[in-house]
Amino acid sequence: MTKRSHRFGLLGLVAIIAMAPLGFPNAYFYDVATTAMIQAVVCVGLNLLIGYAGQISLGHAGFFALGAYGSAILTSRFGLPPLAALAASALAVVTLAFVLGRPILKLAGHTLAMATLGIGIIIHIVLKTESWLTGGPDGMSVDPFSVLGLTIDGDRAWYWVCGFLLALAVWLSCNLIDSPVGRALRAVHGSEVAAQVAGIDTGRTKLLVFVVSAVFASLMGGVFAHKNGFVTPDLASFFRSIELVTMVVLGGMASSFGAVAGAVILTLLPQFLAGFEDYEAVVLGAIMIGTMIFLPKGLLPSIKALARRRVRS
Amino acid sequence: MAAQLLQLVFSGLTSGAIYALAGLGFAIIYNASNVINFAQGEFIMIGGMAAATLVAAGMPLPLAALVAVAGTMLVGMVLEKLAVEPAREAGTMAIIIITIGASILLRGLAQLAWGKGFHTLPAFSGERPLAVAGATLMPQSLWVLGVVVAVIVALWWFFSRTLFGKAMLATSYNRLAAELVGIGSRRVLLAAFALSALLGAVGGVVVTPITFANTDAGIMLGLKGFAAAVLGGLGSGLGAIVGGLIVGLVEALAAGTLSSAYKDAIAFVIILVVLIFMPQGLFGKKAVDRV
Repeated sequence: MTKRSHRFGLLGLVAIIAMAPLGFPNAYFYDVATTAMIQAVVCVGLNLLIGYAGQISLGHAGFFALGAYGSAILTSRFGLPPLAALAASALAVVTLAFVLGRPILKLAGHTLAMATLGIGIIIHIVLKTESWLTGGPDGMSVDPFSVLGLTIDGDRAWYWVCGFLLALAVWLSCNLIDSPVGRALRAVHGSEVAAQVAGIDTGRTKLLVFVVSAVFASLMGGVFAHKNGFVTPDLASFFRSIELVTMVVLGGMASSFGAVAGAVILTLLPQFLAGFEDYEAVVLGAIMIGTMIFLPKGLLPSIKALARRRVRS
Repeated sequence: MAAQLLQLVFSGLTSGAIYALAGLGFAIIYNASNVINFAQGEFIMIGGMAAATLVAAGMPLPLAALVAVAGTMLVGMVLEKLAVEPAREAGTMAIIIITIGASILLRGLAQLAWGKGFHTLPAFSGERPLAVAGATLMPQSLWVLGVVVAVIVALWWFFSRTLFGKAMLATSYNRLAAELVGIGSRRVLLAAFALSALLGAVGGVVVTPITFANTDAGIMLGLKGFAAAVLGGLGSGLGAIVGGLIVGLVEALAAGTLSSAYKDAIAFVIILVVLIFMPQGLFGKKAVDRV
């Protein structure tokens, strides 16, 4: 994608976020849309890793949950202001991602999948087990988010905050992709050895993106904790990590807007299946298989390719 | 203390044997196609659940086990035909998503068919524990170990003594060369899925009297089988067996002496440590990146 199409896409996204509430009949819609946008920001970050750098992570829900629990624990048990808690948890996740990322990003393909999956599962089990700190399997409640005496309250307020964050995240990731780091990333995806030959420090580039994507997840975990008012260890479950990867792949790898689309579609899916909850797993599984077979590039890039072909003929 | 330790070793070997079977399932499919089949755990679940349902419906155990294993093999082959085969040329990431999708789909279908409750099988030869050097050993554990050893011997025979087994091995060494001498790599892949499903289902049937089975049982078993396969070195049969036993033993010892809450985390801690220091696993070949 060129810089210009990025700018168009970003404007379109802002317009959609601004106009969407016109079609919301009640507060519940704001709530669902906010959840979708929180997931979307995580996916925009994860897409940098999966779509651009070509590295898989089956453990990103772990970073999300660490951010959520960091905010929950630091505000309620240690009395830190929410913004400081958010920053402190993000810093902790940066350290963790940096320390773990250095050795495990040397792995490729399936072994990297195994290592990241392991990190996610270990985080999940720790959150479930250390109940003196985390409340155990029942989870813990989180205070509302307030900064400088101003409290973000209600579904509408959260919608606008998360809408702003989503636009910001997409803008940041588009800038990153158009920067030298972005070009290095794409080179790593194409061929790591060739990238090295061209003088790119592939290890550092991959680590940078891994850490950035972990920070996106951690920050949004904190936002989610305050918005939801409650966190449980299942935020870190293997299933959640899979869901995040599926959102990225479904929407279209190597497209920030695709990641947003994937996140929105999969968050809305259970709403459409209301009354058919028993079939949710079957539908999700079928979507995952079907997308990969029929639209291997994901929804957005496939639609774009189709449109381009139409225009030409 | 010694008796306690022996007790933990028994339980570790029993679960390790199941991880080894699952790990072998991963290795066989990986060798045939470089695919990691994340639905491997669901084969274990389907085998166990199907056998339990059939026995509960009045079918004699040996027949129920046979039907359950055959049914699971069919599921494996359908999975290969409908989901993996059409995406053969797609990348690693696509195949990972497809097999994870397949595992979610199979679990969803199993939940529709069997509900969320636990099912169980009667122990094959009674519940009277045997006393061994102060520790107790359930007869079903002997069944698990015996069946797993028998399966491994049969696999060894299949891969080293039969033409088709050798053809599968040849494909794993070099697919193009194997195709050039007339080995159909599609048939090999189909057979690999059938064989892996068989290994999973057999494991599921023999372990269900000990652990019980519900539709979620396959997730952890599958992931630990994957850990076993990676620990031993992806694609190495011996590696998967040794990896499975190591995971089972360390897990049981750690759960018994340190903390039982972290039992499920142990396998992943081991695998992280091993991957950081020995990225190829214990018996893996050094991979060479072709540019």
